Amino acid sequence: MNVLLGLGGSDESVKTLRRTLDRTREVGDELTIVVVEKPESKRSQEEMYRQAVDALEEAGITDVEVEKLDGDPGSALVNYAEQGDYDQLVIGGGTLSPMGKIQLGPITEFVLLNAPTTVKLVR
Amino acid sequence: MAGTRQYPDEPSGPFPSPPTTVEDRDGRSIEVRTAESFTGETLDDVVGMYTAFDPTDRAQGIPPTGEERIRTWLETIGDDSVNVVARHDGDAIAHAMLVPDTDDPAAVEHASDIEWELAIFVLQAYQRAGIGTVLLKNLLGHAIDVGIERVWLTVERWNNPAIALYERVGFESTGTESFEQEMAIRLESDDNGVTDGG
Repeated sequence: MNVLLGLGGSDESVKTLRRTLDRTREVGDELTIVVVEKPESKRSQEEMYRQAVDALEEAGITDVEVEKLDGDPGSALVNYAEQGDYDQLVIGGGTLSPMGKIQLGPITEFVLLNAPTTVKLVR
Repeated sequence: MAGTRQYPDEPSGPFPSPPTTVEDRDGRSIEVRTAESFTGETLDDVVGMYTAFDPTDRAQGIPPTGEERIRTWLETIGDDSVNVVARHDGDAIAHAMLVPDTDDPAAVEHASDIEWELAIFVLQAYQRAGIGTVLLKNLLGHAIDVGIERVWLTVERWNNPAIALYERVGFESTGTESFEQEMAIRLESDDNGVTDGG
């Protein structure tokens, strides 16, 4: 399967990265990683980019393109997915509130409503 | 997350404090009390209520289903949360809670410094009888008594009855648009000395 992984800079993105690399290694998916620009995130775009590159190296996964995407995160992700031949777009599956409520942000909503591919939310 | 939410400038209140007993629209006598410690029998009663809860009314993954998962959920949030329980004939039939938005247990001592997340659940057979409004107001009254000033919640954007209920007591919509609507209320500070138990 040809998988596109979209990352922001949150802990949720770090978890999504780890899970996706595990899965890639297990089943031998083709993977492309894009890091969106989300200034309010815990990690900068550059930090998240470095973390993705390092994690790939650590996992021994090669032939994965890692790219930074500028502009509005939701539309940049969906545009990128549309340009390529992807079977699945993978993003973080929401955060938990102190109460334990699942919260999906506006980027997730935009991606779910606009992406031409199957979308996977990682929990 | 914490500290980034917008709150109304105008405080809301006063609100009634528990304990109280009211007659609902169906003539049932409903008793509203705070759960001072959310353990033992009180916890068992509320676990029982959620076990009977119709899963079609779940919101954003809560309450969980199955007694064990319900108990784990309530125990996890139970330590520092503020809880108000409504009962009919001794059985828990509605529960409202405030959970502190902090990872630091010591911060809970300074209730006004932190933000509190609200949720309320009413057992299906007791919905549309005015119990939710009474319970919500009493939770906010109790919150004022213990010094809480900032309360927020999220509600599914299409849940108009719930949004209307929250607006009636003073919540205002905040935050960006997504599947959930975030709402917040600023409570008047407790300067009447009610905290001394008087």
